[in-house]
Amino acid sequence: MEEITRYTARKLALEVLAWAVALLFLIPFYFIAVNSVKSIGDLLTNAVAWPKSFHWSNFVRSWELIGFSKAFMNSLLITVLSNVGLIVISSMAAYRMVRRATRWNSLLFTVFVAAMIIPFESVMIPLVKVMGELGLTNNRFGLIVSYFGFGVSLNLFLYHGFIKSIPKEIEEAAVIDGCTPYGVFWRMIFPLLKPMSITIVLLNSLWIWNDFLLPLLVLFDPSIKTIPLSIYTFIGERTKQWDLVLPGLVMSIIPMLAFFLLMQKYIIAGVMSGSVKG
Amino acid sequence: MRFNRSEMQQQLVFVGPALLFFTLIVLVPFLLSIYYGMTNWNGVSSTVTWAGFDNYKQIIMHDTDFRNSFWFTARYSAVTVILINLIGLSLALLLTKALKSRYLLRSVFFMPNVIGGILLGYIWHFIFVKGFASVGEWTNIGLFQLPWLGTSSTAFWGLIIVTVWQYSGYLMIIYIAALLNIPKDLKEAAQIDGASRLHMLLRITLPLIMPAFTVCFFLAISWSFKVFDLNLSLTGGGPFNSTKSVALNIYNEAFRNNRYGLGTAKALIFFVVVALITILQVKYTKKKEVEA
Repeated sequence: MEEITRYTARKLALEVLAWAVALLFLIPFYFIAVNSVKSIGDLLTNAVAWPKSFHWSNFVRSWELIGFSKAFMNSLLITVLSNVGLIVISSMAAYRMVRRATRWNSLLFTVFVAAMIIPFESVMIPLVKVMGELGLTNNRFGLIVSYFGFGVSLNLFLYHGFIKSIPKEIEEAAVIDGCTPYGVFWRMIFPLLKPMSITIVLLNSLWIWNDFLLPLLVLFDPSIKTIPLSIYTFIGERTKQWDLVLPGLVMSIIPMLAFFLLMQKYIIAGVMSGSVKG
Repeated sequence: MRFNRSEMQQQLVFVGPALLFFTLIVLVPFLLSIYYGMTNWNGVSSTVTWAGFDNYKQIIMHDTDFRNSFWFTARYSAVTVILINLIGLSLALLLTKALKSRYLLRSVFFMPNVIGGILLGYIWHFIFVKGFASVGEWTNIGLFQLPWLGTSSTAFWGLIIVTVWQYSGYLMIIYIAALLNIPKDLKEAAQIDGASRLHMLLRITLPLIMPAFTVCFFLAISWSFKVFDLNLSLTGGGPFNSTKSVALNIYNEAFRNNRYGLGTAKALIFFVVVALITILQVKYTKKKEVEA
């Protein structure tokens, strides 16, 4: 629990100090926001000052050149479907591994957890080959499937720890009432997992929405690219055209910032509970 | 017999999908990388010739680029791991005090984490190139007039600045969670015994949050060793390849130079190094954990 004490002069000084540091953290956002609506001439003369005039048309041109609506829909589709799949497969597997802790299941669990140490870069080259063979490259569905593979370790691990704390007696009554094992899981256990499911969805969303290297390796067609990938291609072609680059950056960070502002309480709580690893 | 069949079916339904995707996406490519690392595979042709340990010999004996990348990544990781933990912990200590705006401030410091590395790199690229130049003209402070991304030492510190800005807030949250878990009576008892603030911090607070150190160092090490997105968009490995991370080197070897075999061998060396360092770190910090 947080301490409740008197608000002293020392506290006020600390508060002022904290805000000074916070302003340093916020300045980068000021720079890109202010400069994104300047004319290129205005921007090149002074990148610190408030805009002389507002060129909102920068945003319109940038939006169209990036194909932002398409990129946004791709990112959304990929993030949502990956989340749904990951929640289903990892909660089911974790439940089974906790309730039937056979030697085989414990070994499997160890393998899942141990694999978390493998850096993505160490498997990416053969992965592209495997996905190519299976027809999963250049294909949003293929990308979603690979997120299942990369996310399942951590998600299963988090569910595993959570399910261990659910007493088994709850289920026994249901079994006597003639519920199938699947019914027990989906009707009784899965709803109890809600706090952990929220944490997992938030952690997965931050990761998948912002992921860059995996989409770079497997999505080639411009019409299926995610936001980070579209921005990368866009900026690669227009390095010094700041009046197009900056609006592109601003519109790309807005969805995530909005999501964070809406969900900040849960995201911060999720980071707290999601980080309590072995 | 019937019982067993239903058990098998349940095992398959519950665990099967997770195991299938995991095997396909992580295990098989990982095992294949051991094989491909010993070949001259170029990614395109279907004939793959066996090369034994030639790739490893080539990398260790002759590849100065890779060695430089490793050296850069090691220096970058050492500095960032220390700085983001130090700053994350300081912010956490500050924001567990009864400040009026502590919740708002926590959100502010966490905010950069919700933005992807590739975007952060471009944002800061603009700030280093145009923003700093304008501030320099305006204030005449020498620090802002440097060609930040133009020399190897300033580009190195540029990467450090952005990494610290990005990750300190995340570790801060973990440290805050640990600090709030310290039993209050311990602190009160120490206060009654007349312990100074510094003494309480060193003898009570820090030892009790050792588990958070384990997690935070683990995260910081794996983030910094694997740096790719930020590296690509902020410096592109430049100037003169001086800030090229191992991940970027591996990517270029495989997907730009089409030397998949060589790239895979590098990736495997990378895995061994990262695994060793993180295992040693977790072992070491775990040993320091105490019971309250």
